[in-house]
Amino acid sequence: MATPLTLKELSKKEILLTSGHRMCSGCGAPIIVKMVLLASDYPIVAANATGCLEVSTCISDYTAWKIPWIHNAFENAAATLSGVETMYRFLKKQGKIDKDIKFIAFGGDGGTYDIGFQSLSGAMERGHDMLYVCYDNGAYMNTGIQRSSATPYGADTTTCPVGSGIQGKPQPRKNLTKIMAAHDIPYTAQASPSHWMDLVKKVKKALEIKGPKFMNILAPCNRGWRSRTDDAIQLSRLAVETCYWPLYEIENGVTKVTFKPKEKKPLADFLKPQGRFKHLFAPGNENMLKNFQEMVDKEWGYLLKASGTE
Amino acid sequence: MKLKGWKNVNPGAVCTEAGSALQFKTGSWRAYRPRWIEENCIQCLFCWAYCPDMAVNVKDGKMTGFNYDYCKGCGICALECPGKKGNKAIVMEEEGK
Amino acid sequence: MMAKVVAVTGNEAVAYALRQVNPDVSAAYPITPATDIMQRFTSYVSNGQVKTEMVLAESEHSAMSGCIGASAAGGRVMTATSSQGLALMWEELFIASGSRLPIVMALVNRALSAPLNIHGDHSDGMGARDCGWIQLWSENAQEAYDNTIQAFRIAEHMDVRLPVMVCLDGFIISHSIERMEYIDDDAVKNFVGAFKAVNPLLDIEHPVSYGPLILPDYYMEYRKAHAEVMAKVPGIVLDVAKDFEKIASRKYGLFEAYRLDDAEIGIVILNSAAGTSKDVIDSFREKGIKAGLLKPRLFRPFPYDEIGNELKHLKAVCVLDRADAFGGSYGPLFIDIAASLYPHKNGPVLSNKIYGLGGRDYLPEHAEYAINELVEIAKTGKVKTLKEYIGVRE
Repeated sequence: MATPLTLKELSKKEILLTSGHRMCSGCGAPIIVKMVLLASDYPIVAANATGCLEVSTCISDYTAWKIPWIHNAFENAAATLSGVETMYRFLKKQGKIDKDIKFIAFGGDGGTYDIGFQSLSGAMERGHDMLYVCYDNGAYMNTGIQRSSATPYGADTTTCPVGSGIQGKPQPRKNLTKIMAAHDIPYTAQASPSHWMDLVKKVKKALEIKGPKFMNILAPCNRGWRSRTDDAIQLSRLAVETCYWPLYEIENGVTKVTFKPKEKKPLADFLKPQGRFKHLFAPGNENMLKNFQEMVDKEWGYLLKASGTE
Repeated sequence: MKLKGWKNVNPGAVCTEAGSALQFKTGSWRAYRPRWIEENCIQCLFCWAYCPDMAVNVKDGKMTGFNYDYCKGCGICALECPGKKGNKAIVMEEEGK
Repeated sequence: MMAKVVAVTGNEAVAYALRQVNPDVSAAYPITPATDIMQRFTSYVSNGQVKTEMVLAESEHSAMSGCIGASAAGGRVMTATSSQGLALMWEELFIASGSRLPIVMALVNRALSAPLNIHGDHSDGMGARDCGWIQLWSENAQEAYDNTIQAFRIAEHMDVRLPVMVCLDGFIISHSIERMEYIDDDAVKNFVGAFKAVNPLLDIEHPVSYGPLILPDYYMEYRKAHAEVMAKVPGIVLDVAKDFEKIASRKYGLFEAYRLDDAEIGIVILNSAAGTSKDVIDSFREKGIKAGLLKPRLFRPFPYDEIGNELKHLKAVCVLDRADAFGGSYGPLFIDIAASLYPHKNGPVLSNKIYGLGGRDYLPEHAEYAINELVEIAKTGKVKTLKEYIGVRE
């Protein structure tokens, strides 16, 4: 168990999501799933909310999953996995299963922040022993980039398109990580695929904790973000370095920032390579850019304060 | 592949062959092809870690090349490759050229 | 076989059957008038009378989602709901049946909103009649109890593996105390037998994927396969009933035929109102009027051939529906009865009455009115009003 956490060691493990899935070229989500599954030393049973990841990894007789996997519907990955985990507890108590199995739900931001929010909240409150992983790409990407409550402020989507009246999404995004922490569950964390070791460590830690856990992981989507197919990792790194997507965890109520950039980059560094924010750099929208930077600064300040790392 | 009739489909549409997606080759999606330049490779394995398509071959903890059956040519590996002394170990080249 | 005579409500009887079956997992959410079933059941859980693990979900949608997860995981699963609860589950009902998961659910029939009404009618169950579940309908507490026990055997049959809904009338049956018989615990346990898992998700040595995306090249094949399984259900329901008779000394078929053999006119009616109707039929029989009744038990899949053959010799039949199929012109039961008689050219003249919506009482005079009209129709061969609401104010 105590193998050093290096890519060399991880690369000796079997990746339990295979090639042959049909996610878009350069998608961030399968990178996240790969890292989450590699982090586990336990057998995993997964549930998946309807979304990009689900429709692209299991089509007809072609499943990319080498672990037991269930897709039920859009809004109920957490509720579905509640049932699976409860049957596991029953069968284990009856002595019909002896292995220690861990349960992970994957959902996009649509299936997690929005339509699946109630089911997630219910499962966390009931205390099921599961890790819920949200791969947050910031819109309903599967159905063609409609806004979600995770869509960042100012982003251009197909349902809040930039027009003469509206300059992208008028509202800031919902802070789901904080909301999940407010459920007083034992572990909540935010991670990014760019910082693979931080991500893997968090998953490892989560899986050792009994009870409900939640991780929010930034998932670049080059179609929706209107960026290049090769920049998923670069953009997620910029999201962390600009503190748009701070890496932190809340374990038993204690907040800890797990990565503090040596030099906090301006938010514009993260926004500029993305077509969805192009209009924010047009004359007349300086104020929006300023507002957005202030939102990021405020949240980062709060996290530093909460974690005592000011 | 011959399509199955209704008598032969799995009850409840359950897929019973784990990892059967390997039969679906996504390499044909590729417009750009990664080329590995071994002498510039420092075996950091970032390419392996960041590949969304599990298309980087690794043996005994070492990168050994690409699996072009599945590589979609996104170029993440090339962008993330630190290379050696400023020389990339992975470069993207247009397919068919 | 030891039987215990008791005086209990319908909900109490269903909860008692569930205790005897002792399912592995239940995910449920309370709703009037089904709440009582799960309240009683959770007290069995709290008192260690069952081994069942509960998921006390935050909605019916999540309750059925949890049942689906638990059933796919590989164990025996049940739940109960009613009305709006079933409506909220709607999406999940199709996923449970399409995934071939043998979940058993008690449906305490109640009217649907709007306007809000908590009382009994069949609009909930009828709305879900085409969702790929098997439906067993029950006249009284005894039938609800017996059907619940048989439902597990039918659902889990290796040639079926489909969810089953056991329907009983809200309040009229769920909350009224009746005399009935309980079967011995061991007899129920042996009758239901051990659960056999098919493609269990928790078998980590054989990982399976549930819920793939199916494209137009295969979707129809899965639907056809489902339809073919449905076609096998009536035979299996009868086999299970035969076995059940051995432990309960009560006979069950696909439907109940009451005084139909020599009848000239007949009523077709579901659930509790059949009891009242039978009494009225008896009084007409005393007057020399040859009336009978057919009460479907297996409503989905609908046994068209068997019911058609049972009714074809009648001169006139009145189908009484406790739900309306808006825009379908006739009540849902009527539509199926008409379809079952379609192959019989000289079959009975039909009429349709909508009664008892939202808990409106079904009274003997309603049955009398229908039968008097049938006598007239049988004489003239003519129907004045093909469909009408009865027991409604102008």
